[in-house]
Parts: sequence; C-alpha cells; structure tokens
Amino acid sequence: MSAPETGRLDRLDEPYRKKKPLLEVEGLTAGYGAAPVLHDVCLTVRPGEIVAVLGANGAGKTTLLRTLSGLVRADGGRIAFDGEDLRKVRVEQMVRLGIAHVPEGRGVVTELTVDENLRLGGLWRRDRADATRALSEVYDLFPALAQRRASAGHQLSGGERQMLALGRALIGRPRLLLLDEPSLGLAPRITAQILALLRDLRERTGLAVLLVEQNVRSALAIADEGIVLSLGRVVTRNSAADLRDDADLRHAYLGF
Amino acid sequence: MTDIKEKRPVTTTRPTTRKPRRHPHPIWYAVAGAVLVVALTYVLPPFRNYQLATVGAYFTVTAGLTVLTGLNGQLSLGHGALMATGAYSFALAQNKWLNMPLSIVAALITTTLAGVVIGLAAARLRGPYLAGLTLAVAVVVPSVTSTFDETLGSDMGLSIALDPPPGVLPMEQWQAWLCWGGALVTTFLLAMLVRGRFGRDLRAVRDDETAARLAGVNVARTQVLAFVVSAACAGLAGALFAFLAQSVSPGAFPLTLSLFLVMAIVIGGLGRLAGALCGALLLVLLPALAQTAGERSGSQHLEGNLALVIFGLVLVVVMLAAPGGLASIRFSTISRRKR
Amino acid sequence: MDRFIYLTFDGLSRGAVYAAFALALVLIWRAARIVNFAQGAMAVAAVYVAYSVTEKTGSYWLGFAAALVFGLLLGIAVEKAVMRFVDHSSPLNGVVVALGLVLVVQGVLGIVYGNEFRPVETPFARDAFQIGGIAVLSRYDVFVFAAVGAVVVALTVLFTRTSVGLRMRAAAFAPDVSRLLGVPVGGMLTLGWALAAAVGSLAGMLVVPTELGLNPNAMDVLFVSAFTAAVVGGLDSPIGAVTGGLVVGLLLSYVSGYLGATVAPMAVLALLVVVLLGRPGGLFSSSKARLA
Repeated sequence: MSAPETGRLDRLDEPYRKKKPLLEVEGLTAGYGAAPVLHDVCLTVRPGEIVAVLGANGAGKTTLLRTLSGLVRADGGRIAFDGEDLRKVRVEQMVRLGIAHVPEGRGVVTELTVDENLRLGGLWRRDRADATRALSEVYDLFPALAQRRASAGHQLSGGERQMLALGRALIGRPRLLLLDEPSLGLAPRITAQILALLRDLRERTGLAVLLVEQNVRSALAIADEGIVLSLGRVVTRNSAADLRDDADLRHAYLGF
Repeated sequence: MTDIKEKRPVTTTRPTTRKPRRHPHPIWYAVAGAVLVVALTYVLPPFRNYQLATVGAYFTVTAGLTVLTGLNGQLSLGHGALMATGAYSFALAQNKWLNMPLSIVAALITTTLAGVVIGLAAARLRGPYLAGLTLAVAVVVPSVTSTFDETLGSDMGLSIALDPPPGVLPMEQWQAWLCWGGALVTTFLLAMLVRGRFGRDLRAVRDDETAARLAGVNVARTQVLAFVVSAACAGLAGALFAFLAQSVSPGAFPLTLSLFLVMAIVIGGLGRLAGALCGALLLVLLPALAQTAGERSGSQHLEGNLALVIFGLVLVVVMLAAPGGLASIRFSTISRRKR
Repeated sequence: MDRFIYLTFDGLSRGAVYAAFALALVLIWRAARIVNFAQGAMAVAAVYVAYSVTEKTGSYWLGFAAALVFGLLLGIAVEKAVMRFVDHSSPLNGVVVALGLVLVVQGVLGIVYGNEFRPVETPFARDAFQIGGIAVLSRYDVFVFAAVGAVVVALTVLFTRTSVGLRMRAAAFAPDVSRLLGVPVGGMLTLGWALAAAVGSLAGMLVVPTELGLNPNAMDVLFVSAFTAAVVGGLDSPIGAVTGGLVVGLLLSYVSGYLGATVAPMAVLALLVVVLLGRPGGLFSSSKARLA
C-alpha cells in the first residue's frame, strides 16, 4: 500500500487544488458475502477534480463505485462526503447529497422512453422549476437526445444510451459523478466527445468525477489524478501526468 | 455426462474428513417398513389402523411429488386432481369387474396417460406458468364429474363395491396392509429409480438446464418422465384413498388437498423420501390434532379450518426462514452419499 | 341470434370482472415478478369485510368502500410482512409462499365466518333491460362496466401521466438504477401490492354476487379464469390483461350458453393450455419466453 504522495499533487497549480476534499475514503474494505473484493482502499476527490480509477478486469473498480454509492455494503473503513458519513446514507438518499452514479452498462431503463428516463433523474427534486430547467439544459447539451425524446431506451445506440445516462445524472445537478466505463462498446470518436464533455462540465460547474475506465490512455488524458487498483488494493496513487510517464507501472498494471 | 456438478446446498455441511456412511440398500428399508407396519397393525386399535392406512396412502403420493419437485424442480399443484383421476378410475373399474388388482392397474394406466399429457405441457413451462397450469387442472378436474354426471355421479360421487377382507382380518387392518403395501412398493421403486442415471439426470435438469443439455441430458424427456412417474404415484394414492373411503366424490379432492401435498413435501424436506414420509405423517396428525382442539373448544368452525391456518403458517414460516427458499430445503440422500 | 347477443353482453360483463382481476395479477407481476396466487383468497377476505360492514350498517356502499380499503391494507401487510422476505433465486419460492397465504386466509375466514355459502346482495337489479325485444344488459352489468372502466382509466392515468407511476414503472424494471436516482423502490413495491390488492377486492365485490355466494373458496375457480386472462394477454401487459379478461369472459359465456355451464371450466383449461403452448409470452407481449 503506497502512501499518498500529496507533495507531487500540490505541484499542479490548479485553482481547485486548495479546496478541501469532497470525497474522502480511508481504509475501505468491501465485497460480496464472505470474500472481500476491496482491501483498505484510500482515495480523495476534491471539487472540480477528475480522478481516474484504473486497473485490470476484476481489480475491484466497479465494486469500488458500487460501495461508494451504497449498492454494496462496506465492511470497514470510512467514506466521507462533504463531511457526511456515507456509510450511514441509504442508496436512495445519495442523489440528494449530490452524488450521481452512472453504473456499469449505463443503467438506461430500456422499457422507458428517453424523456421518461431523463425526467426520472429529476423526480426527487423539490425545486420543480429547476428540474424542468435542467431537463431542457440536458436536451441542449445532447441535441441527439432531443430528437429521440419519445424513443424507448432499447431503441437507442450505445452512444445515445451513454449520453442519456450522463444527461440523466446531470439533471440532479450533482457535485460528484461516479462514472463506470463510459467508453465501453463505443466508437473512439464518441468516447472522445464524452470525455471532452466531462472536462468541459468540470470547468463550468466544478463537477468532481470519479472515472472508472479500461481505456487508460483517454482516461489519463482528461484526469488530474489516477489511482491504480490491483486485486482490490490501491497500488499507486499519483497525478495523471506522472502515471502517463511511468512506463514500468503501465506495463505492470495497465497493459500498454 | 457424469461431470455435471451438483450445486451443493450450503446448509448440509458435514466434515469432509468423515468417511461417508454407506446407506443400506432400499430393499432393507422396504422390508423393515413392512415388518414394522404389520406388527403395528396388531397392536393398534381399529381407528389408529385406519389413520395408519391414511398415512400410507399419503406417503404414496408425497413420495412421487418429492421426486418431481425436490429432485426435478417442477412444482405441481395438480396432484390432487391426479389423485381424483386415479380414484375415479379405480371406482369405475371396481364397480364393473370387482377385481382389486385390475382396478388398481386401471387407475395407474389412466393417471399415467394424464401424466403424459400434463407432463408434455409442463416440460415447456416454468415457474409461475407451470404452477398456474397445474392449479387450473386442480380446480377444473373435479368439475368434470358434473359434466359426465351419469357415469361419475356429479357432486354425490360413487360408492365402491369391495370384496370383504380375506379371512378374519378386520377391515382397518386390511386397509393398513394394502395402503402400506402400495406405499412401500412405490417408494422402493422410486428409490431404485433415482439412485441411478435417471436420478442424476433429474437433479442435473433441476440445477441447470443449459448445463444439463450441454452434457447430453434430454431435458424435456427427463421432465416428462418425472411428471409421469409422480402422476402414477398420485394415481395409486387416489386408488388407495378410494379404497379407504369405499366411495369417491369431488369433495374429497379439493384444491386444498393439492396445496396440502405441496406443503407436506416442503416441510418434510424436499427431495428426500424420508421427508415425504414426515409430510405424510403431518397430513394425518395435524388435522387430527386440530380436530381435537376444535371439538374441545366447542366451535364447529375451528375443526377443519384450524389445520388450514397451521399448515399455511408453517409453510410461510419455513419458506421465509430457509435461506434461499426451496433450494436450501431440498437435498437428497443420493447427493449426500456421494459427497 | 337474440341468444347470441344476450350471451355476448353477458360475456363482456363477466369479462370485465376477469379483466380487473387479471389487472391485479399483472400489477404485482410487473412490480415484483411474483404471480400472486393468494390474490383470490385476499379478495374473498375483502368481500367478507364488506359483508360484515353491510350487515352492521345496512349500507351496501359503506361495505363496498370498506372492502377496497381493507384490500389496500391487506396488500400492504402481505408485502411488508411476508413477500418482502421471499428469496427470489427461484420463481417457485414466491408461488409456494403465496399458496401458504391462501391456506392461512381461507382457514381464518372459515374460523370466523364458517364455510357455508352466504348469499350476497347487489346494489342494482340484475334483471336485464330489453332493447328491441332482446334482453341485453342489467343495471348491475352497467355498474360492473362502469366500475372496471373507471379502474382501467385511473390506472392508465396513474402509470402514464403521473410521476408516481413513472417511479413505479422504473422501480419495477430497474430497481438498482432507480434507487441510484432517488426512487424509494421498496415503497413503490408496497404501493404496487396495495393497488393490486384493492383492484382484486373490487373484482371480488363485483363477481361474488353473480356466483354461488360468499364462501372462503369462492374465488378458486375465478382465480383460474383470471390467471388464464392474464396469460392470454401476457403477464407483463395491462392492456393484454383487459383484452384477455374480455376474451375469457366471452368464451365462458358462449360455452355455458351453448354447451352447458358444466363444460365452461374445461373450456378455460383448454384455452390456458393452448395459449401457454402455442403463444409463448401471451398475445400482447413481444416474444419473451416463459423460461424464467
């Protein structure tokens, strides 16, 4: 378990670097039933920061996101979000705290239409006017979705589904986005669009993103920091620039 | 084909170091059972012998049902109707020829045929669809007696002509012997059947149809065969019930009977013939106890209904308490022995 | 021809009740992937409550309201106390638990009320109007159509026009995703059970007076017809349930009218077998196999 090398991160002269952490995870252990998948995981996400979670298949990346949003019960450790103990928060409440989770496989409800999927993302909000405003903003952001309002989820292409999932998450105006493999099964051009959009969102709204990606190169291209998981443990935690340059690490864990 | 992995039920942990105990051959169980029953019939009073006979008749059908549901994973709510089919066949044949063995064969033939028909349909259905179809059979079949009321006697049913018991044997003792004879032969045959390849196929289909198919098991044929075997058991049981009551009527085979049978095998422990015996005992003892309680309280309403409530509650509690539901309740002597 | 017209209207009136009952089954199937085999018994319990209330107060309508409210509460109780804890690894688990509930409910009703048939009154006359010399509909039939029609419209509006309906559909189709989006999935499930049980109670209230009378087993045969209706339409499809109900009602009416009432149950069984084997997924669903 390597120690967090905060000194290096501080060299990055980003304005949000000085802000206090939005998400702090310490010593997190979790899994399904008897066998833990995650061991002693630590990570920090600050407002406006994009942190990439990297690692081979089965390293525990998806389980990490599912544990953070409460779908998998944590067995030990601390998860703090903006000072709140997330382990005590029910899954249904996460979105109210400002945490949006776009799960593996995107989680588009295929039986519902595009419009219904999007509206679902804002149903919990008290401020109906702003929910409606957010809906039209998402349609502005993704004109492709606006054209397919009435199409059922199962009629969409992979790229459209990813836009829908992302748009639905944004309707809740989250502060932290947990994004699981957005590039899976998508053409490189579309992946690039989506990642560019993430970066743009971060600049404009200060959205923090915890990004799980198999596509290490493109993930590190937009991330500020990366952590590498192997067999459920954090083996490296470093700035994205350093991870890109670390040839040994890339060979050992990231396969390129 | 032999490579199919059994899903080991989590609940039956036994130390792997212990050498598996060899079970005696089923024939010894049958012989011991027969000796025990014959001995019992000489000491028990007539009414107890009648109850003993009823346990035997129930055992015949629960044993077949436990093979179907416990070993093959098909739920049938229609076995009460199959019993009715057997009972009416027995009654019609008996009233025509007055020959018990022939009448029993007639009951077996008609229920086997009925089993083929339902089994063929059932093999294409799963879960709630199969349950719904067999439920429909259980509800609809008794109404057939009204459609053909000249031969089947509508709601009044038919009375059955029977030869007197041989020698000086009291009727109840004779009934117990015959019913247990049927039950022990049935369970012996079932035990032999599920010991071999057929039993392995049954469980393979239950645990994972796709894997079983890939391993060369003919899934549909296995399922139909399981249904037919258990239907024949139900037919024999129906004949035995007709023989016990010396009459048949649709009221003797209500939907509740089918539900009781399911309850009996679930509570007894799915997939074990011993569980089927426990279930059969419960089916006789619980209503008897409930009736005594009802008589004591002086409430007419309590009599049959208390048993219903108890059965229902036990069924719900057992299902909710068992982790994984049916899957953890069921286990079989064979899979335990092979461990 | 007169007879045919009469039987058609009679069949539609019966079919409306089957449709309501099938809708109740479909509601729960969509929400929980459980065919509620206890639906019939639960509905009978509600009708008994109505019977008691009507007997005490002398008002049919108070009893009617009591049945619906009781059905709602019973649905909540069954979901929260029992069905929530059913293991879903095998679809049989839910079926067996529901059957256990059938025994409990029927036993309790038998203990409280006894097993004899009790005649139940209707709020409107059951003798038919004459239109052009042909007996067509009774006032009670009109009431049945109106009640079932109101339920269908109300459910359609609920599911397609309201946010609660959207939540319910989302929770049924994708529970985990819905929870991540802040939908209280457990609550939606309870609501589904409550609605279904209330609709089932309504169907019971409508049908029991037209049959032999009130008895703990009064809905056994009706359940089979309603299950057939739901299967004909496809368990996932509310529109299918309504259509299936009407189809089954018409079939039963024609068969009893032309071949005799005792043949009707067998006709239902035959229809069930034909649909199950011939048209997997029902007439109204995209071909989803029944192997689940």
